[in-house]
Amino acid sequence: MQPGAHAVIDLAGFGQVLDLLRASGYRLIGPVRRDGAIVYDEISSAADLPAGWTEEQGPGTYRLQRRNDGALFGYATAPDSWKRALHPPVLRLWQGRRVNGDLQVADEPDDAGPRAFIGVRACDLHAIAIQDRVFLAGQYADPAYKARSENVFIVAVNCGQAGGTCFCLSMGTGPKATMGFDLALTEIVDGGHRFLVEVGTARGAEILDGVPHRPADGADGEAAAQVVAKAAAQMGRSLDTRDIKDLLYRNLEHPRWQEVAARCLTCGNCTMVCPTCFCTTVEDATDLAGDHAERWRRWGSCFSLEFSYVHGGSIRASAASRYRQWLTHKLATWIDQFGTSGCVGCGRCITWCPVGIDITEEVRAIRETSAAMAGAGKEEHRADA
Amino acid sequence: MARQRRPKVAVWKFASCDGCQLTLLNCEEELLAVAGEVEIAYFLEASRAVVRGPYDLSLVEGSISTPHDAARIQMVRRVSRVLVTIGACATAGGIQALRNFADVEAWRALVYAHPDYVETLATSTPVAAHVAVDFELRGCPINKGQLVEVLTAFLHGRRPAIPTDSVCLECKRRGTVCVMVADGTPCLGPITQAGCGAICPAYQRGCYGCYGPMETPNATALADWWKHLGVPDGDIARALRTFNAWAEPFRTESERREPH
Ligand code: SF4
Ligand code: SF4
Ligand code: SF4
Ligand code: SF4
Repeated sequence: MQPGAHAVIDLAGFGQVLDLLRASGYRLIGPVRRDGAIVYDEISSAADLPAGWTEEQGPGTYRLQRRNDGALFGYATAPDSWKRALHPPVLRLWQGRRVNGDLQVADEPDDAGPRAFIGVRACDLHAIAIQDRVFLAGQYADPAYKARSENVFIVAVNCGQAGGTCFCLSMGTGPKATMGFDLALTEIVDGGHRFLVEVGTARGAEILDGVPHRPADGADGEAAAQVVAKAAAQMGRSLDTRDIKDLLYRNLEHPRWQEVAARCLTCGNCTMVCPTCFCTTVEDATDLAGDHAERWRRWGSCFSLEFSYVHGGSIRASAASRYRQWLTHKLATWIDQFGTSGCVGCGRCITWCPVGIDITEEVRAIRETSAAMAGAGKEEHRADA
Repeated sequence: MARQRRPKVAVWKFASCDGCQLTLLNCEEELLAVAGEVEIAYFLEASRAVVRGPYDLSLVEGSISTPHDAARIQMVRRVSRVLVTIGACATAGGIQALRNFADVEAWRALVYAHPDYVETLATSTPVAAHVAVDFELRGCPINKGQLVEVLTAFLHGRRPAIPTDSVCLECKRRGTVCVMVADGTPCLGPITQAGCGAICPAYQRGCYGCYGPMETPNATALADWWKHLGVPDGDIARALRTFNAWAEPFRTESERREPH
């Protein structure tokens, strides 16, 4: 088989794909049901997947539900993205020891080993590509990210059902996987539970060749297209991206920033769950005797005061200025910085905001009143007061 | 590190349960290192030996709740070069600050057989309401790792790395599924300062607010959301009135939800 080729496997065949990946040395990370949600964790076989489960997502709310079929991938995004596996939330960068007046520095081993991500959605493939650009492109690659991303086999899944907070269609990132996978599956439940498999890479072809499969016919292609079309039609939300960068730059003093700040808790949940947010805070720790020092890196957030702390205080003291930093980075300054949007429309920041603040709604409010605002009352509405 | 002499450390107790001092005693391993680095000059919980002040570093546990306390904390400040308060009692007035919302005279008469023997102030207040404090270490009780960090930082003359942002950040780094979003369980995490490691949500409970208000807490917005989740105003007020009841804005928000 060649990249770009299609084939069909049945439920047993899918199980064999996972078994073969394991036998080839990959640790499997995939969706499992835990603590009232479907999260990504280590799995050992297809039996660990949340068959027959789905979820309902809305602003600030997520509830698991039963499906009336046995679909393995019948839900949308997990609370966590694959960021956790590639860009760990807490990481020791190095430790140093004073020995006879000399400083000995020990680097941390960066060895995640070969891993296979099972069930990566289209939005998250784009998010991984965005983080690749952040961490690997340019002069200085991040060694921790590089080591973790080098040996990852990606089994993508085309969404058959959009979540209540999804808006990948608007962002041009889904619901169909178009890049960045070794194999991409479309799960077809009606008319015989099966998967249409698209081969993305040579090593993907090698795995597929190792399990029983049959050529895809017209009916399979038709059924798979319907699955994806259904998700596209169900999209919970939308975001009008026309002229988005200039729209936001024109409205840096819009009163909406104050309005959303009255609701925002500055808790930082949105930045933690966002699959593209990459910021970290670096802390040094020493022991009491002063002979041992460690440097730690943790996920940071532009909602923390410390994030913009320079000598004398924080630059973004107001909640309005911090919310504005988040939203404008995702949708505008990211474009200047990395050449793409920083938002893939996964909807996580909407679902997992504890008070349901909705990035699509905030942009809509600004767009709708942008004309009225042009030039009006700038002094009264400074967001960074 | 070569030093002229080991710094002298004193540990003081005011109105409190001793839990935070016990955290210091629980640092057995680290305490041995502390004992090598500093001279524990005054620590009645651990030893009767007392070395006279002045002290390089005083750790103060407990709130100010009697006229005697109010005078003694002035003395402690005078004999301390650096004064660090530890725990919710010392930094916020503690659970005993619930008296601040009530009529203490009426209670005293009701509770004690000989109320005349009980000398108390009408309020329980944090140490910082009485004297200048160099650093406040939050928590009920304080976290052992954070205590060691504060001691280490002061001994090495650097700023302690104690975050003041939300419990949610720790909760997310830990990988816990948010109990408020996925279960509708009211959680104080978004307005509470990090430090505990987000223990309660990891056991499917909402945060109780042990570390007090985070750096920029929006208590009203969170309370509005709790209401939307079906929590009555009275319960919101009670949730805000625990170990850090007197700390702003927990205090104002509880008063708004349950006006007296
Ligand atoms: S900003 Fe929100 S919707 Fe966009 S990628 Fe981040 S979490 Fe997803
Ligand atoms: S939105 Fe904030 S946390 Fe996210 S990448 Fe931008 S600055 Fe960093
Ligand atoms: S938008 Fe929501 S998740 Fe983000 S900081 Fe504000 S309250 Fe927290
Ligand atoms: S469970 Fe509580 S502390 Fe954790 S993210 Fe949700 S609101 Fe924040």
